[in-house]
Amino acid sequence: MEFFRIHRTIPFMRHALILNIISLLTFLAAVFFIATRGFHLSIEFTGGTVMEVHYEQSAPVAEIRTAIDALGYSDFQVQNFGTSQDVMIRLPVRPNEDTATQSRTVLSALQAQRADVQLRRVEFVGPQVGQELLHNGLMALLFVVVGIMVYLAVRFEWKLAASCALANLHDVVIILGFFAFFQWEFSLSVLAGVLAVLGYSVNESVVVMDRIRENFRKQRKASVREIINASITQNISRTVITHASTQMMVLSMFFFGGPTLHNFSLALTIGIWFGIYSSVFVAAALAMWMGIKREDLVKPVKKDGPEVELG
Amino acid sequence: MNRYPLWKYLIVLAAVLIGVLYTLPNLYGESPAVQIAGAKTAVKVDQNTLARAEQALDQGGLRPTAGSFEMNGPVGTVRLRFDSTDTQLKAKDQLEKALNPDPQNPDYTIALNLMTASPNWLTDLGAHPMYLGLDLRGGVHFLLQVDMQGALTSRYDSMAGEARTTLRDAKLKAEDVERNQQSVRATFATEADRDAAVDTLRRAMPEMVFTTGRSGDQWLVDGKLSPAAITQVQDNALKQNIQTLHNRINELGVAEPVIQQQGGDRIVVQLPGVQDVAKAKDILGRTATLEIHMVDDSPTATAALASGRVPFGLVRYTDRDGRPLLLRRQVILTGENLQDAQPGRDHQTQQPTVNLTLDSKGARIFRDVTRDNIGKRMAIVLFENGKGEVVTAPVIRSEIPGGQVQISGSMTAQEAADVALLLRAGALAAPMHIIEERTIGPSLGAANIKQGFDSTLYGFTAIAIFIILYYHLFGLFSTLGLSFNVLLLLAVLSMLQATLTLPGIAAIALTLGMAIDANVLINERIREELRAGLPPQQAIHLGFDRAWATIFDSNLTSLIVGVALLTFGTGPVRGFAVVHCIGILTSMFSSVVGVRALANLWYGRKRKLKTISIGQIWKPKQD
Repeated sequence: MEFFRIHRTIPFMRHALILNIISLLTFLAAVFFIATRGFHLSIEFTGGTVMEVHYEQSAPVAEIRTAIDALGYSDFQVQNFGTSQDVMIRLPVRPNEDTATQSRTVLSALQAQRADVQLRRVEFVGPQVGQELLHNGLMALLFVVVGIMVYLAVRFEWKLAASCALANLHDVVIILGFFAFFQWEFSLSVLAGVLAVLGYSVNESVVVMDRIRENFRKQRKASVREIINASITQNISRTVITHASTQMMVLSMFFFGGPTLHNFSLALTIGIWFGIYSSVFVAAALAMWMGIKREDLVKPVKKDGPEVELG
Repeated sequence: MNRYPLWKYLIVLAAVLIGVLYTLPNLYGESPAVQIAGAKTAVKVDQNTLARAEQALDQGGLRPTAGSFEMNGPVGTVRLRFDSTDTQLKAKDQLEKALNPDPQNPDYTIALNLMTASPNWLTDLGAHPMYLGLDLRGGVHFLLQVDMQGALTSRYDSMAGEARTTLRDAKLKAEDVERNQQSVRATFATEADRDAAVDTLRRAMPEMVFTTGRSGDQWLVDGKLSPAAITQVQDNALKQNIQTLHNRINELGVAEPVIQQQGGDRIVVQLPGVQDVAKAKDILGRTATLEIHMVDDSPTATAALASGRVPFGLVRYTDRDGRPLLLRRQVILTGENLQDAQPGRDHQTQQPTVNLTLDSKGARIFRDVTRDNIGKRMAIVLFENGKGEVVTAPVIRSEIPGGQVQISGSMTAQEAADVALLLRAGALAAPMHIIEERTIGPSLGAANIKQGFDSTLYGFTAIAIFIILYYHLFGLFSTLGLSFNVLLLLAVLSMLQATLTLPGIAAIALTLGMAIDANVLINERIREELRAGLPPQQAIHLGFDRAWATIFDSNLTSLIVGVALLTFGTGPVRGFAVVHCIGILTSMFSSVVGVRALANLWYGRKRKLKTISIGQIWKPKQD
């Protein structure tokens, strides 16, 4: 079996300009949604209490709302998740309240209502912890971007490093844009997923860059555009097979992994697709616009030993 | 060209063997066990307890399949494994009878528990199963914030008292010595008084930094703890709180509790299997109390004690050896006034001592009481579980000013250390509050394991089928390489005794999904070389060689991400990051060395290799 029977080099860079404009627009849209809608942050970041309760028969969501309302909460959420018997309740942090007893109070109110309720999970996070997590998350993002740029700059050259980093930042912002637009819950595991995508999509760009460098060495007469096209074409099979495999695993997590892994795998899925797109069309194209040359990548070969080269 | 020297094959073989060996304990599951822990701080659980328990079981005709003793910080735990829940229950009854002769006042908590069922020879090799996180086994997680300001405030309280006493002893006139927020402030009428006082204070209290100042016609000295002293106060407060938590959690009979420092002022408490959050919170929040009473050794009291009566105004307590004592009801001091207790030695006699530090209020009361009661005994009573026990009852030899109390007597150094620990551990050094709480029900934990395992398995199967269809024999090599990767990953995680969480399982799955990349890179390269018309042997060789640089680069960038997550991540992110980082390393080894070994083994010896099974190679028509 072989999917790719490529007769000649595919001119990927022919439409680079249009695609880059589309990229830019998507990117701006993502920034716009992040700015206007914000994230639906999980309580890990905002602080508060999440309770998961399980009912023997299907859960009376409306009644649960009334019960919690009666306790004096104004900003809370009650929703089914998974099955009709499982309910997730989110409570905000209230100042001057003993948070330790919060879940107990709510549970006893629910028990008074229906005896078949069962507590499956409680999570309480103080607001100060949430702040720290957010701070640490941003620090991690910064560390990753800087670390990768430094590595790429050492390993390749600054133009490729910058275009890789930009391309990958573009992926991350677009994933975040999706989360902002659909108001999917942004939790710690999603953050881990987003950062993993960052690594993964750099990975993808590195493979393309590696090939570009190799082709610069091999094909001395070809133009920059031709070399980029050839490199991507040679890699396209590997790109598709690898990502298809990773996507299979991620889909498996999406369907069988339960609610915790749901949004994590969602972030990964978006990341994988935009990772492919950006490493082919964004990273390589950016490097092209920045005017990458053969001399940038192919260092003159130094001879070993003490002889002096005559120029 | 595609042959490995023998030692390379041996390395791969050794890695497989070690992988199997250390992954094995995870497959055995758990079997019923009984756990023995000390019910009181004074009761020590050690190797002898294990011997005692085994002896007691032997008398009842019960035989544990394994027994172990483990120190968890300062607290020992004995675990005994049984082959069925039936013997487990019988053994528990038997042990209760043998170890706790007085059920009303038990020395040990004996709890039913689960223990790894892996055979002893594996355990002897140091192969233990991974520790399952709370999200997989159910339980309670708390993050407690220690109020360090509170600890410092009470420290300054006592420093103010100490400064006052020092100045009085040196016959220096101070108008006032008080704690002023987070410092000690002494006020003087003249500059000369102040300058004399500063010198004295600096000499007497080296842990403080004194500065002088002036406010109106008052001359001031401000003392602050040096940064080193502050760190020490905070360290001690944290350690003492952890110790106290250990003691309390032992009461719960929880298997493998985790009580760890996190950062400078936080404590993580994880109680696997505990479902009663209310009770857990109750126990964590409880303050064990310490009281000091006078002992009544008068002839009437002694007579009453002998006859078993308790006269009015007295209370009967027993000491640690079970001897009864009659104490006056009046409480002289409580644990609130005790700031520190450390074992030490008397400067003159070199006898072991326990040195107590009282706060300023405690020091004043203590001075008055000791002055009026020379020659009598005072008792230090520790209340645990609402029951009081006399820790020590020393004779007062002289008036004790200054709040520095030295308890000496016929004690060994070990006993002194124990008493100091007991007194320290009795109460919390600084108030704590819960800033994070997570409770996971056991059914949810089991569901999480199943979902995590299933999604990994299904994903792996899908990848394996796809890769084998696409790359034929080389696809099979890749699949074996992936399995080898899982094996190594699990083995390394088990060796490190890492905690496996649901995000950790997700990381295993993702690592597999990403590790296939290396194999695809290699296989595509080999195909490409074949397409270019190279003979098979050379294509294999070049394929592996050329793919290596790319594999290295791309994995290194992933590793940068992993390290960032490890550095800045907490909780679930950390669990993900640990597995992610290790997974990258094992996947590089398994795909580059492991798969290569397979390919070499299969094709390496065939000199006149015409074709290799790597799926269809389609060549574009030559123009």
